[in-house]
Amino acid sequence: MNTPPKIAVRRSRAFLTVFLKEVRENLRDRRTMISAFLTGPLLGPILFVMLLNVSLGRELDKADRPLPVPVIGAQYAPNLIAALKAGGVVPDAAPADPEKAVRKQDADVVLRIAPNYGKAWREGQPVQVEMIFDSSQRDANTSVERVSQLVESYARQQGAMRLVARGLSPSTAWPLVVARRDQATPQSRAVLMFAMLPYFFIITIFMGGMYLAIDLTAGERERQSLEPLFANPVARWKIFLGKLAAICVFSTASLLITLVAFAVVGQFIPAEKIGMELDLGVHFAAYVLLLMLPILLLLAALQSLVAAFAKSYREAQTYLSLLMLVPAIPSLVLAILPIKAEPWMYAVPLLGQNLGIMQLLRGDGMEPMQVVSCLAGSLLAALLAVLVTMQLYRSERLAIST
Amino acid sequence: MIEVRDLHKAFGVVKAVDGVSFMARDGEITGLLGPNGAGKTTTLRMLYTLMTPDRGQVLVDGIDAGVDALAVRRQLGVLPDARGLYKRLTARENIDYFGRLHGLPEDILKARREALIQSLEMGDIGDRRTEGFSQGQRVKTAIARALVHDPRNVILDEPTNGLDVMATRALRQFMQRLREEGRCVLFSSHIMQEVAALCDRIVVIAHGRVVADESPDALREQTGEANLEDAFVKIIGSEEGLAA
Repeated sequence: MNTPPKIAVRRSRAFLTVFLKEVRENLRDRRTMISAFLTGPLLGPILFVMLLNVSLGRELDKADRPLPVPVIGAQYAPNLIAALKAGGVVPDAAPADPEKAVRKQDADVVLRIAPNYGKAWREGQPVQVEMIFDSSQRDANTSVERVSQLVESYARQQGAMRLVARGLSPSTAWPLVVARRDQATPQSRAVLMFAMLPYFFIITIFMGGMYLAIDLTAGERERQSLEPLFANPVARWKIFLGKLAAICVFSTASLLITLVAFAVVGQFIPAEKIGMELDLGVHFAAYVLLLMLPILLLLAALQSLVAAFAKSYREAQTYLSLLMLVPAIPSLVLAILPIKAEPWMYAVPLLGQNLGIMQLLRGDGMEPMQVVSCLAGSLLAALLAVLVTMQLYRSERLAIST
Repeated sequence: MIEVRDLHKAFGVVKAVDGVSFMARDGEITGLLGPNGAGKTTTLRMLYTLMTPDRGQVLVDGIDAGVDALAVRRQLGVLPDARGLYKRLTARENIDYFGRLHGLPEDILKARREALIQSLEMGDIGDRRTEGFSQGQRVKTAIARALVHDPRNVILDEPTNGLDVMATRALRQFMQRLREEGRCVLFSSHIMQEVAALCDRIVVIAHGRVVADESPDALREQTGEANLEDAFVKIIGSEEGLAA
């Protein structure tokens, strides 16, 4: 090279070069592919539908299904048993150890009728019927409540008949009647379960980009390839933006897969049984995608930022697993403390998306102002995260592997 | 041509480089010799602008690294201490990546890449993914990657580290070819025989300072030792960290 050839240098494609290389390299990595395109986006919908089906099915079933209840001493109280049978209870053979049977969840509730039931009844003495149950077994609550109401209404009915037989009005014995009017509908109960749905979307985005984010900063440094990379005549921020774009493409693909999966499995949610119209179709998917666009950027930047702080791949993985819990906070808060949405809340990243997606699920739709503040607030946070990470990329220590 | 003027770099209280000046000329091989921890790698890192010196100046073909770092990097081909390749890419793809980052048009990139693959005798590994490459294959790929843009100045940080005898010989011949092509070759080493066999000029660094900057013959003359090894020991003042 005595006369070095002057080469026309096109530098504008550095961003594209980095982006294409990262995408190609990661498409060849099985772990990244499985996390971004299989476990991440599909585990959520499948788990969600299974849980929902089981819990909805149980609530609905228990209300009118024949309820088997082991009864000890059924022969002492034939009339009570007849009344229970009329209410749908199927008396069963008594277990040897009723307390143990309840604790082991072999039976939701066991009835024990004392042997002196008949004698006391005839003498007009109060008799005792024992209900053995475990209130910490939430699953058994419907059964316990049902048996308890049947026994009590039988008692009230018999009491009233005795008063009438003595020429008294039954109302003298019950000066106060409580009328319970529960406003909860199956629909509103179901919405509680749906409160975790936005988090599933965010988890998916997170998982889709996670391995890339680790690989592109901590991983590259651990493999000692960052130093030669930075020896190229390309500004570091261009390299960072190329990597960021690659992370975003993978997490967007994850989100799209999960939205399609939800639309498909949404067919298997027994929504009509609880009188609900679930909108998980194209309209819903398009809105979720729109709302999540700034979150895609925000999470990609945050993941790069955290991974850049880590000294090794493993350390980055630990940090990112912790970071993954942060987006769960708004979903959990909304599930446990249903707060009334104030306008400013839509501008809070993640919280805004949560509120919006819940509204869409309920079929309420979103007002344009809410969409705008949701997008603007999250975009601002995303740009801030990008700028901070870009600043970190300029640090001298970032490239040094040893 | 690479010119270094009074470089200083400290990490906390440790003065890694404490006033290093030297010049590496075109058509010459300049060896940076010193025991482990003498400040060779830090000096080179400041040359290829990965680190900013606390004080001092780096000029590459007359361009000040402190003023236009990108232009300096364009003049340099660098084999850093960290050789990391992308293991899921083939050797050719690794080379192409850096060529494109240098902005080479595709036709020139292809011609340069194939010329390097031929002269480094890596035709058999060109289309293999670099995962599982031997140390020698890795170094070859990293060198091809560093030289794909046909730089006038070549910086190699301990290039023969971890190579077997055959690979070392081949690499030395390759460096001599770079010199014949008129390039400025600057490499660091802690192996005296290597430096003595290759270099037109030897810069000896110890404790972050230049303790000698001579031709091999002048070095022997200056110390009065016929044996180069004894000359080095005399200059550095101890036998610590030197390998024969």
